[in-house]
Amino acid sequence: MWLGPDEIDAIQLSLKVALWSVAFSLPFAIGIAMLLARAEFPGKTLIDAVVHLPLVLPPVVVGYFLLVLMGVNGPIGGFLKEQFGIVFVFRWTGAALAAAVMGFPLMVRAIRLSLESVDRGLEAAAATLGAGPREVFFTVTLPLIMPGVVTGALLSFARSLGEFGATITFVSNIPGETRTLPIAIYSFTQVPGGDAQALRLSIVAVVLSLAVLFVSEILVRRASRRVQGRHA
Amino acid sequence: MLELDVTKQLGVFRLDARFRAEGKVTALFGRSGSGKTTLTNLVAGLVRPDRGRVVLNESVVFDSERGTDVPPHRRRLGYIFQEGRLLPHLTVRANLLYGFRRTPASERSVGLDEVVGLLGIEDLLERWPGALSGGEKQRVAIGRALLASPRMLLMDEPLASLDNLRKAEVLRYIERLRDELSVPIVYVSHSIEEVTRLAHTMVVLSEGSVVAQGTVRDIMSRLDLAPFTGRFEAGAVIEARVAAHDLAYEITRLEFAGGELFVTGVDALVGESVRVRVRARDVALALERPGATTFRNIVKGRVAAIVESDGPIAEVQLDAGGAMLVARITRQSLHELGLREGASAYALIKAVALDRHSVGYA
Repeated sequence: MWLGPDEIDAIQLSLKVALWSVAFSLPFAIGIAMLLARAEFPGKTLIDAVVHLPLVLPPVVVGYFLLVLMGVNGPIGGFLKEQFGIVFVFRWTGAALAAAVMGFPLMVRAIRLSLESVDRGLEAAAATLGAGPREVFFTVTLPLIMPGVVTGALLSFARSLGEFGATITFVSNIPGETRTLPIAIYSFTQVPGGDAQALRLSIVAVVLSLAVLFVSEILVRRASRRVQGRHA
Repeated sequence: MLELDVTKQLGVFRLDARFRAEGKVTALFGRSGSGKTTLTNLVAGLVRPDRGRVVLNESVVFDSERGTDVPPHRRRLGYIFQEGRLLPHLTVRANLLYGFRRTPASERSVGLDEVVGLLGIEDLLERWPGALSGGEKQRVAIGRALLASPRMLLMDEPLASLDNLRKAEVLRYIERLRDELSVPIVYVSHSIEEVTRLAHTMVVLSEGSVVAQGTVRDIMSRLDLAPFTGRFEAGAVIEARVAAHDLAYEITRLEFAGGELFVTGVDALVGESVRVRVRARDVALALERPGATTFRNIVKGRVAAIVESDGPIAEVQLDAGGAMLVARITRQSLHELGLREGASAYALIKAVALDRHSVGYA
């Protein structure tokens, strides 16, 4: 293997952070997308705007707010530490949180789009066949929005792999703990003689991104075929 | 049994309907926009009435005064939608079993094999809904509703999105389940042809309210309801019995209260009861029995009522031994023949006007 242990660490950490950030944020994204696509309530526009904020704010600002809110002395971070002993700052979990926040709008948008194209008549039909609201959601709605969920999850995964600004601001640059792939590349470019390592990691980043695009294409195609019921 | 008394305001449209449906098949008849689908959705619980009561087989599923509102998944109604609404991500088999699995074993009244056989969908079970024809989709949708062991089937224009060939195919299966199963059916339609073939009683809906209800025969022979039942299709419905087939000419002789009727292309067995729809525009009148003529049907009767419109048209109701026929003629011929109420006259009907589409099994 032509990759050094530091580089392998960075890649493994990045994959772990991205996986956890997607796994953790997906249920929330589906919930918020349901709320935005189907519910009418005062303050809906505000929630919509807040969800989309990470898309337009400089990532450093998001990282700074995370630090203020989720830091050990922050209102939420302090509470979590006292009550449950959970700490995010300077941990890989913090990196996952930052990545989740940054990828959240992409996820919500993709899921919301497919929710809006779901034929509600199918849900009504399932209800007349004896399925309660929860059952309708899991047996009709969720399978029908699968292409959107897959797209959203992969977009957010890719976004997590590349997340830099919010992560470095929130959890800093600790080798083996918070030094993800992009931060590692940045670090190597800052030290003399690190060019070769930076190049190798950049190639890995390209390969990973291509792989994500490829997998997403296959999954989406398979999921939409299922939903449209066109396979023999 | 379905008993209903509801009001619902939807924008400028107001639905205010009250009726009672008993017996095997009740047709809910009305033009598009008369509120049929809204009414069906109210019964199924998909739309909530502003006020009123919906009672299904003695159990109240909605009552605004008592605050009862049973959610759709607990109403146990088999709803068959115009567009089928099969779940696209499930196979035909999984679609069929969707409601079946959610019905407690003790309340199941039919099994998969029986329903599949009844609807002729054995070969479709492993297919996906996207690969089915319109008629096949509708048959699967009917099977899916049946397998949930519903207390009643609600069919909302199940044939509306099908071409004529598929219509005939699905209609045959609906007739079959009407005759072989005990589930009562509420059949929503704007087609007089379907209604006369399937239903014994009907409710006529117009602009959100019920304008008439009764047996199909009585309603179709009422001249005052012609604006609602549609001028083109309007006519009488006659109950008759198959007397004989002439296999050489493929003509069938029926007997009814007013005498005989010859019809074409009917495959009912001798002795079976049928309903024949005789469109008013297919009936001519004569004062004397014509001699050599191609009119196979010459029915003697007495003029029971005459309705003259402002336009060129007049409608004459003829009482033939208790069976009511309606003839649509020009006002000119009405005056030239000097037809008056109480006068006797002959109704002339071509046998080819009474074909397979006009005859239903009673």
